[in-house]
Amino acid sequence: MTTGSLTAGRARFRLPRRQIPVLATLALLLVMYGIGVSQYTAFSNVQVIFNVFIDNGFLLVVAIGMTFVILTGGIDLSVGSVVAMTAMVSAWLLQEGLPAALVLVIALLIGPTLGLLMGCAIHFFEIQPFIVTLAGMFFARGMCTFISGSSIPITDGFWTRMSQERIGDPRGNFVSISVLIAFVVVLVAAYTLAYTRLGRNVYAIGGNPQSALLMGLPVGRTRIAVYTISGLCSAIGGILLSFYTLSGAPLIAVGMELDVIAAVVIGGTVLTGGSGYVFGTVLGVLVLGVIQTLITFDGSLNSWWTKIVIGGLLFAFILLQRLIGIRYK
Amino acid sequence: MNATMGRYRAVTGHRLFWPAAVLVVMLAANTIYRPGFLSIELKDGHLYGSPIDILRLSAPLILVALGMTLVISTGGIDLSVGSVCAISGAIACMYISKQSDQNSLAVVLTALAMALGVALVLGAWNGVLVAVIGIQPIIATLILMVAGRGLAQLITQGQIITINSEPFRAIGLGHLLTLPLAIFIALAAALLVAAFTRRTALGMIVESVGGNAEASRLAGIRSGRVIFLAYVLSAACAAIAGFMMTANVSSADGNAVGLWVELDAILAVVIGGTSLAGGRFFLSGTIIGALIIQTLTTTVYAMDISPQTSLLFKAVVVIAVCLIQAPAFRARFVRRRRNVATPNAIADKPKEQVPA
Repeated sequence: MTTGSLTAGRARFRLPRRQIPVLATLALLLVMYGIGVSQYTAFSNVQVIFNVFIDNGFLLVVAIGMTFVILTGGIDLSVGSVVAMTAMVSAWLLQEGLPAALVLVIALLIGPTLGLLMGCAIHFFEIQPFIVTLAGMFFARGMCTFISGSSIPITDGFWTRMSQERIGDPRGNFVSISVLIAFVVVLVAAYTLAYTRLGRNVYAIGGNPQSALLMGLPVGRTRIAVYTISGLCSAIGGILLSFYTLSGAPLIAVGMELDVIAAVVIGGTVLTGGSGYVFGTVLGVLVLGVIQTLITFDGSLNSWWTKIVIGGLLFAFILLQRLIGIRYK
Repeated sequence: MNATMGRYRAVTGHRLFWPAAVLVVMLAANTIYRPGFLSIELKDGHLYGSPIDILRLSAPLILVALGMTLVISTGGIDLSVGSVCAISGAIACMYISKQSDQNSLAVVLTALAMALGVALVLGAWNGVLVAVIGIQPIIATLILMVAGRGLAQLITQGQIITINSEPFRAIGLGHLLTLPLAIFIALAAALLVAAFTRRTALGMIVESVGGNAEASRLAGIRSGRVIFLAYVLSAACAAIAGFMMTANVSSADGNAVGLWVELDAILAVVIGGTSLAGGRFFLSGTIIGALIIQTLTTTVYAMDISPQTSLLFKAVVVIAVCLIQAPAFRARFVRRRRNVATPNAIADKPKEQVPA
C-alpha cells in the first residue's frame, strides 16, 4: 500500500525517462513552427501544415515500418528501393492494361514478400540485418531499371482520382487521400505496438533477445514479422508515392532510407531497440517536413542546408538519448 | 583417400577459398563470353586491357575498404566514407581551381594536404563520437554521412568544379612502370596497413578491442584510443580514394563522388570474410572482395546491361557469398550430407548479434 502510493507520488513529479526524447522532439517541432510563424506571415496558414502531411505522407508510412524494425534492434536499408519498386511495378502493370484493383493487390504483395524473405535470411541463416537488407536494396533498385530505364507515367482513372481528390473544409484547406491512408496506418501501428501480443514481443526482443527467448517468446517469428511489416509499409508508401507523382521512376526515392532512419531517431526511438513510440516517429517526420518548408519559405538557403540541418539534429538527438542513458544507468 | 579428403577440406575450409573461387569463376565466365577478356597489350609504354582496368578502377574501393576493415574489426562501422570522399575531392578541386597555375606541383600538394587534413578532422569527429561519447557507430557515422553530402555541396556551391591540372589528374590516370599509378597507391596503402597490423601487435590489439572492448581495457589496452585511430585511418583512406575518384574525371561533384561507396566497401569487407560483429579481420580477403565487386561491375558493363540493373547481379552475389559463409547455412548443409561440421565452421560461430 505505502509503496504503491510512493511510486504514484514519484511518477507525478518526474517525467518518465522513455518519453523525454519524444517530448524533446515535440518541443523542437513547436519551436520550429513558432520561428516559421514569426518570420513569415503566410506560415500560419493551416494549409502549410496540411502540405507538410501531403508532401510527407509516404515518408510517414515507411517510417512507421522502420520503427518496428528498429524497435527490435534491427535495421532495414531496403525501404527506399522497395518504395521505388512498388511505384514502378504499379506504373508498369497499369501501362500493360491490368485493372487497377489487381495492380493494387500485386503491388501490395511484392514488398511484404521481399520483407518476409529478408526476415527469413536474417533469422534462419544468422546473417546481419544490415547486409541482408543491403542486398534487398540492391535487388529492388535493380528490378526498377530492369522493368524500365525511364519513368512511366500513370494515366489510370483510379490513380488520378486518388491523386486529385481533395478533402477539405469550405475555406479551401484540404488534405489528400494519401494523408488519410497514412493516418490509418499510424493508428493501426500504434495500436499494434501498444496493445497486442506482437507489439509486446517487439519491445521485448529489442530490450534483450536472450531474455525474450528464455521467456519463451516467439523471437524468430516476431523478427520475421517486423521485416514483413516494414516491407508492407514500404509497399503502401510506394503506392502513396505513385498517387503523389502519378508515375513510376527508376531513380525515385534514392537515399530515402536515410531520411526514414533519421526521422525515426529524431522521433526518439533508440537504435539499439526496445524503446520508442509510433507517435515519436510521426513527430520526427513532421520535423523533417517543417525543416524543408522553412528552407523553401526562406528562399535564399540552398537545398544542401536541409542535409546539414538534418545531420545536426541527428547529432543533437543522439547526444540527448545518450545523456539520458548515462544519467539513469 | 583420407589424406586427399583432408587436403580437400583444408583447401575448401580456408577462409579465402570461397571469395577467390567466386573471383576465378567470374573471370572465367568473362573469358568464355568474350575470349579477348584476359588479353593485355602494351601501347605507348603503358599496359592496357580489361584486367588492368579492373585493377585501376578497384583502387579507390580497395582504399576505402582497407579503412573499413579496421573499423569493422573494432566492432564498428563507418557509413561516412562516401561523404568524406566527396568532401576531400571537393576541397582539393576547389583549391586547385582558384590558383592561377593549376599544373604546379606545389599547388596540388597543398590542395591534397588541406583536403587530407580536413578528412582527418572528420575522422576524429567520428572517433570522438564513438570512442569518447559512446554513440553506436552506425548512427555516429550516419550523422556525417547525411550532413557530409550537404557540406560537400556547400564547398562547391552546388556546382561541378572542373579543373585542368596534370599532376592532380595523374593520381587517377597516371602511369608508373607501365601500370596505372592508382594501383601502386592502393598497393602501398594495403602493404602499409598490413605491415602495421600484422608485423606489430597492433592488429591483435585491434582484434581484441573488437572482441570485447571492456575486457581489452581491463587487460591494459587503451580501447578508446584504438577505436579512435581506426576511424581516423578510415577517413584518411577515404580521402585518398576521393582524390582518385575526382582525378579520374578531373572534376568534383558533391552529389556523385563516392555515392554508395560505403555500401560497396562494407560488402567487400564482408565478402572477404571479416565478421561485422568485429574481432577478426582479413586484409587479403578485403582486397579480393573489392576485386570481386569491380569485376562484377566491369562484367555487367561489358555485357551491355545498364549500370543500375547491375545492382540485381550485385544482390545475387552478395546473398550467395554471405550464405556460403554463414555458419548456420553451412551447418545445415553439412548436416544434410551427414558429415560432421568442419572445425572451421565451429570456429566461425558468430558472436552475439550486435545491434546493427
